[in-house]
Amino acid sequence: MPPTQTAAVIRRIEPVGAYHRLTLDAPAAATADVRPGHFGALAIGGPTSATLLRRAFSIHRADPTAGTVEFIFAEHGAGTRALARHHPGDTVDLIAPLGTPFPLDGGPQRAVLVGGGYGSAPMATLAEAILTRGGQVAFVLGAATADRLFGVAEARALSPHVHVVTDDGSAGERGRVTGPLPAAMAAIDATDVHSCGPMPMLKAVTTLAAAAGARSHTAVEEAMACGTGLCMSCVLPVTGPDGVTRFLRSCTSGPVFDGTTVRWDDTGTLPADLEGAAAMTPYTPKETDPA
Amino acid sequence: MSPRHPTAHRDPIDPADIDMSAPLGARLTLPNPVLTASGCAGYGRELHRFTPLHELGALTTKTVMPYARSGRATPRMTETPSGMLNSIGLQGSGIDHLVTDELPWLAEHGARVLVSIAGERTEEFAETAARLAGQPGVVGIEANISCPNVADRGLVFACDPDASFAAVRAVKAAAGPDLPVYAKLTPDVTRITDIAAACTEAGADGLSMINTVLGMAIDTHTFRPSLAGITGGLSGPAIRPVAVRCVYQVYAAMRSGTLRPVPLLGMGGIASARDALEFILAGASGIALGTALFRDPSLPLKVRDDLRETLARHAIRSLADAVGLAHHQPEDDSRPRRTPA
Repeated sequence: MPPTQTAAVIRRIEPVGAYHRLTLDAPAAATADVRPGHFGALAIGGPTSATLLRRAFSIHRADPTAGTVEFIFAEHGAGTRALARHHPGDTVDLIAPLGTPFPLDGGPQRAVLVGGGYGSAPMATLAEAILTRGGQVAFVLGAATADRLFGVAEARALSPHVHVVTDDGSAGERGRVTGPLPAAMAAIDATDVHSCGPMPMLKAVTTLAAAAGARSHTAVEEAMACGTGLCMSCVLPVTGPDGVTRFLRSCTSGPVFDGTTVRWDDTGTLPADLEGAAAMTPYTPKETDPA
Repeated sequence: MSPRHPTAHRDPIDPADIDMSAPLGARLTLPNPVLTASGCAGYGRELHRFTPLHELGALTTKTVMPYARSGRATPRMTETPSGMLNSIGLQGSGIDHLVTDELPWLAEHGARVLVSIAGERTEEFAETAARLAGQPGVVGIEANISCPNVADRGLVFACDPDASFAAVRAVKAAAGPDLPVYAKLTPDVTRITDIAAACTEAGADGLSMINTVLGMAIDTHTFRPSLAGITGGLSGPAIRPVAVRCVYQVYAAMRSGTLRPVPLLGMGGIASARDALEFILAGASGIALGTALFRDPSLPLKVRDDLRETLARHAIRSLADAVGLAHHQPEDDSRPRRTPA
C-alpha cells in the first residue's frame, strides 16, 4: 500500500525502561497492510518547529482494529527529546507505512530474531507473522544495559528459545548478541536470521548467519531527513545481483536489506568503484516503483 | 485583517476569481507559481504519492549531469536550527537515465518539468542541455551553476561572472530557441547582482534564487565535522531572509534599469503561503519549495491554495499583480504607517 500522511493523535506515551512507547491513534495508517519492518516518519512540533526533519522509527505494532500504531523510541537529540515531552491528545503528523518489510518468503521460516536495544521493536510482530505461517522462532535480544533491553517478556511468550545479553551483565549473559547467536541458530536449524540494531551488530550477525547457511535480513538505521525517498541522505553501498554496487536509499530500497549485499565496511566512505557509478536506482526495477 | 493593511480599503474577492497563473517569460506560463526546488523531490516518483505532480506549477528535477554520479559518503545530512545541512554530492543517474526512464514517466503523469542540469565543465552543461530539446513534458532548463568548475580549480561557476556567463551562454546555445533557461544562483557571493547581470547578458530567460548557503557543523560528541563532506549546503527557514534579500536586490536592480528584466524564481526556506508571498512581494514570479518537502510532502497544494486565499483577502486579482509590490513607494494614505511603539 502507498504510505499515508495523517494527523495522528497521541493515545499514550509511557516509559519502557530507557525508552518511550508511543501509541498513536492513526486509523488511516494502521491498516492490515503494515508488515514487520515497515517504519513510520513523524514530524515534530508543528509547522513552525525549528526541528524540521522527520524522525523515522520502526513500527512496533499496528492494530487495525484499534486503529493504533505503536513505536518505541530513544531520546537521542532535540527532536526525540521534544517528542518525549508530548502528552496524550497531542497531534503529530505521521507518514506510514514506509520502506520494505522483513521478507517472509521461502516457505515456513525457522528464524532467529536478533534485536539490539530498541531494534527489538519490530521483532514480536515479526515472530507472530512467522509462527502464523507455520514457522519457528528463537530470539537473541541484546543491549548495553538492562534498561535498554526491549521486548524480552513478549519474546518469552512467543518462543522457548530466548537469549538475553547485556554489555555490562545487568541482565542475562554478559556479552554481545553474537555470543549466543550460533547456539540459537543451531537450536532451531535456522533458515533465516532477521536483525535490527546498530550497523556493527548487523554486520557481525550477517557473518555468523552466512557461516551457518542462513539468510540474513538486516534492518538498518541510517540518518534520514524525510523517510520518503526525497532527500538522498540515507544511502548505503549495496551490491546488486549484477555485481555492481550502488548507493541505495535505506528508506525506499530498505530499511531491510539482504545483509550479504551490504558493504558494511564501506558505509560512511566513498569506495573507489562507486565513484561515478550509477547510483540511486536499484538493480531490480520494481524496487524503485513506490506503488 | 489588520486595519492598517495596505489593501484594507479594498473589498475581498472570491478566491475562485484569482488568476494564479505565473508568467515566466515569453515562452513559459505556469498554471500556478508553486514549484519544487531542485534536489528536494528527486525525479518526482516519490513525491507523486503525496502531491499529484500535474497539480504543481512545475517539478524541478534533481540536478542531472551527463553521467551518473554516486554522490558523497555518509553522513550526508545534519539538522541545524530551523534548517539542515546537506552534502549529497549531486547523486544521480545521469542524463541518459533521465531521458529514457524518468521524462516519459513524468510526461505520462502530466508533470511540467524544469530540468536542473550541471556539469563539471562548461561543455558538460551544453552536452546535457542539448539532450533536452523536444523532450516530453520539459518546459525549461535550470542551469545549476552553483557547482564547482573543474576547469577553474573547483571554483563555483556562480561565484565568478565570467564562468557564469560562459555556462549560461553554452546552455542557451545547446537548448535551442524553445526552452527557457533559468540560472540558479548561489548567495555566497559579494554582490549577487553582478552574477545576475552576467547570466542575463548571457541570455538567461530567468534567474532562480537561491541555492543553499555554504555552512558547517561539528559534532561535539565525536569532535569531528558532522558531514563526511565537511562543509555542506544550509537550507530551510534559517536561510529565508538571505534568499528574500537576494531576490529583492536583483529585482531592485531590474527596476532601476541596471539589469535586463527577467522573471525570478524565489526559493530558500519557504514553508507556507505567507513565506511564498514574501518572495513574491520581493520580486519573484514563481516560488519553489525545497527542504519543507522533507517535512511535509503534501505541502505544495496547501501553499498554492492558501496563497490563492491570501491574494483574495488582499483583493489582488492576479498573482502577477503581486510580484515586486514590496518595491513600491507608498502612494496613498491607505498604505500602512509605522506607528511608534
